[in-house]
Amino acid sequence: MTNRATATVHGWLLLLPAMACLALFTHWPAVASLVESFHSTPRGRRPARFVGAENYQQMLADPIFWKAMSNNLWFALGTIPTSIALALLMAVWVNDKIAGRTWVRMAFFTPTILPMIAVANIWLFFFTPQYGLLEQIIHAFGGRNTNWLGSQDTALYAVTVVAIWKEAGFFMIFYLAALQAIPLNLGEAAAIEGASRWTYFRRVQFPLLMPTTLFVLINAVINAFRMVDHIFVMTRGGPDNATTLLLFYIYQVGFSFWDTAYAATLTCVLLALLAIVAFVQYGFLERRTHYR
Amino acid sequence: MDRRDVLSGAAALAGTLALPGLARAQAATEVSFFYPVAVGGPITKLIDSYAADFEKENPTIKLKPIYSGTYQETIVKALTAHKSGTPPVTSVLLSTDMFTLIDEDAIVPFDSFVKTEDDKKWLAGFFPAFMENSQTGGKTWGIPFQRSTVVLYWNKELFKEAGLDPEKAPASWAELLDFAQKLTKKDAAGNVTQWGVQIPSSGFPYWLFQCLSTQAGAILANAAGNTTNYADPAVVEALQYWVDLSQKHKVHPPGIVEWGTTPKDFFERKVAMIWTTTGNLTNVRSNAKFPFGVAMLPAGKRRGSPTGGGNFYLSKKATPAQQEAAFKFIRWITTPERAARWGIDTGYVAVSPAAYETPAMKAYAADFPPALVARDQLPHAVAELSTHENQRVTKALNDGLQAALTGTKTPQKALEDAQAEAERILKPYR
Amino acid sequence: MSAAPRPVAAATGSDPYAPKGWSLTLESTGAILLALIWVLPLAYAVWAAIHPAEYTTRFELTAPLTLDNFARAWAAAPFARYFLNTFILVTMILACQLVLGTLAAYALARQDFWGRDVAFALILAQLMIMPDALIVENYRTLSRFGLIDTIPAIALPYIASAFGIFLLRQTFKTVPKELDDAARVEGARPLQVLMKVYVPLAKPTYIAYGLVSVSYHWNNFLWPLLVTNSVESRPLTVGLQVFSSSDQGIDWAVICAATLMTSAPLLIGFLLFQRQFVQSFMRAGIK
Repeated sequence: MTNRATATVHGWLLLLPAMACLALFTHWPAVASLVESFHSTPRGRRPARFVGAENYQQMLADPIFWKAMSNNLWFALGTIPTSIALALLMAVWVNDKIAGRTWVRMAFFTPTILPMIAVANIWLFFFTPQYGLLEQIIHAFGGRNTNWLGSQDTALYAVTVVAIWKEAGFFMIFYLAALQAIPLNLGEAAAIEGASRWTYFRRVQFPLLMPTTLFVLINAVINAFRMVDHIFVMTRGGPDNATTLLLFYIYQVGFSFWDTAYAATLTCVLLALLAIVAFVQYGFLERRTHYR
Repeated sequence: MDRRDVLSGAAALAGTLALPGLARAQAATEVSFFYPVAVGGPITKLIDSYAADFEKENPTIKLKPIYSGTYQETIVKALTAHKSGTPPVTSVLLSTDMFTLIDEDAIVPFDSFVKTEDDKKWLAGFFPAFMENSQTGGKTWGIPFQRSTVVLYWNKELFKEAGLDPEKAPASWAELLDFAQKLTKKDAAGNVTQWGVQIPSSGFPYWLFQCLSTQAGAILANAAGNTTNYADPAVVEALQYWVDLSQKHKVHPPGIVEWGTTPKDFFERKVAMIWTTTGNLTNVRSNAKFPFGVAMLPAGKRRGSPTGGGNFYLSKKATPAQQEAAFKFIRWITTPERAARWGIDTGYVAVSPAAYETPAMKAYAADFPPALVARDQLPHAVAELSTHENQRVTKALNDGLQAALTGTKTPQKALEDAQAEAERILKPYR
Repeated sequence: MSAAPRPVAAATGSDPYAPKGWSLTLESTGAILLALIWVLPLAYAVWAAIHPAEYTTRFELTAPLTLDNFARAWAAAPFARYFLNTFILVTMILACQLVLGTLAAYALARQDFWGRDVAFALILAQLMIMPDALIVENYRTLSRFGLIDTIPAIALPYIASAFGIFLLRQTFKTVPKELDDAARVEGARPLQVLMKVYVPLAKPTYIAYGLVSVSYHWNNFLWPLLVTNSVESRPLTVGLQVFSSSDQGIDWAVICAATLMTSAPLLIGFLLFQRQFVQSFMRAGIK
């Protein structure tokens, strides 16, 4: 047995490369954003100066910020539960011996493989008025024309649908792996007890899938704040900011308006949001599973 | 189209000049330039061939074109590169980015490079409408290159079907509405199958809107770029006209019309008249399966369109030798012959009147008269909306326009809000 | 042999809840319908890519076939270079992630030392604070290093992956302590133990994590868009965007052809190895 000091040196040596990268690209920028959010944006020859909470006041008075927040909230509410539920349904289906199982599984997984930036162009065609695919289908059933991406009432739904399509198949893989790991004798035992299939799912399978659900949930939450690729192609945040999500707005402010201090302020809000979610989830995780 | 004759001519010329081509090696000055390429293929090939020709004539200069995506992406890249210390020596960026580039201290004016009488004549040779966005405070900061205006394209077949004269485009707002009403068709269920007219409003609606506001007699921003007139009654009238086309008269698609799909809508005969850039001329010519016309935009109180597109800028951080070399290239590529060739190959407006007097352009125009429409419209053209903090100030207008077009605000309210936001942003610049 | 915390279900025996007869038909129908919807964008991409541009919006069975769109797409942008860049990028990221992750996970799983829990908490912070949220500051850092417009610049913020470290730590913790002790008794040094005992046992985790990492970085867009300017460093996604964003309007035929070309390696890879992938996920205990 080595003594504790040697172990500490060893341990930290092993951690060093990863910790250095994390410090440089996660911890430091997070702190730097916070510091910068209390300064003004340097422009041309004017250097940054300390401005206190001015950026935060500006943010609270910025209607686009509030719009982006509420959009992101709806986007999260739209994507997280739906994609998780769909993923579970898909996993249950392709776990059974259904017809064409390999192909169905492949179909569900394709969105994960296709780059969002490319498929967004295809979805743009689906949503195009008059001759877009969706319109052709609706028209065949005698429905009315809709400008899905060009109307403030529907644009956010349209980009939400694309996000769900993109995510569900990815989450399915995790559920599928978890379902296959559930011992069959549990099913046999339940069958002897005379439980219905729904009861078996609700009382046995679903609780056993809980760690997977939590893991998928974390991913879904992060994605809700991370997925903006399709916004670049489909709407550029329009009409009138109806599809501006927080990260997209950070991009606009930081890299198109060059207001880096305000971008840092928005970044801090995003980080705070993620931190809150993290605390809630880890609290939950801690009670449900024991990662030690 | 035959670009080979000119290119081989240039190559022959270059060949005679470049005999000591072996000497080029070490002393070459490298000039990198950002070029906002729209769709990949044809334009990158053209620029590459220009660069190759130029290098043959100037063996001590090595050109390095970098194709950087849309204008939006290119300005982002150019400015990030400027901030990180190694910007391209020259870039083609929107003419409207001039104030932003000056504010960021990223560019130098061209005046110190214009030394000889010949240089001065060259600088005076561009269309004045293009220079409006290239000069401020008595200095020239940009040289026009990939420039455009907005024109109207119409489908002659659909005009004929609607009982209109297929050779006559609407000349006034009243006529545009009247024609559009005749051209709008509905099916039995009441769905519109063919729209009269469409003006794209995604991404950068301010540019298309500036046509309407100019026609209504308004100017959106002052020449110093620090005051906007978004809430001017004439501007409100212009927006009201646009909104009415779709919401009241129902001859224009509702909501936001996507810029990217507008040419396709036209090819699919889903719309009889479109407003889009002259840069689309070659695209429409090769993809429209029906006879089409190109016309100046209709007049409100007057005719009018903003200019658009890109200028060459010179980076402040480049070495004097690089700047000098880049200037030489810019001077070379904007000579009348090359400007004419560029206009013919792409549909963009050739930047000087002299280019329209070249034999190549005359022959092309005789064969394809629509090529002259953009030039004829230039006397009515105004500078594209450009201010300090341009992206933010135009976004205020874009948001207002989209709000009005999607029906969430009245034109009056939308423009008042946009003006208030622009005021807030521009206050420090007065 | 598996390092999974759960036993792998035996393939033998029958699931009493497996649907039969009508319910199986119903379930199959539902699954196939959903699959059809899910595969629609890909199906459309194939349609648009192999027909002339006039047929991108009209679906007629008699439409003539063509490979012209692929040729046009290939000629329009340096896709070969983009492929190479993306390949270098994902390889670089995955290699660094695995090395850094393995070392860190081993320390966290099997070494007891001062500050370990704090270190673990600091690492987990990245699970939530993803690099995408920090684009503004990370851009500044990399431009200070003079790395803008290089492939390492795209990779650096991602090479220490909290997700990877976490997964490997969980896997390493399931390795029986006796194996570790036995190797040490034979005189192996800690790093040798790691290489000889832990790494082979964690193979399914490496495969599963590799799949996630490769598909993520193959398709990542926003960050590469910001830090690359030139063909020499641009990955496929950014190349695709540069190529499809257009003043002249959208040409779906060419875009679809380009999309298919750029996604083909991953699509084919998954098609060939999907069973193995699912099994590695299962064994890796990512659930």
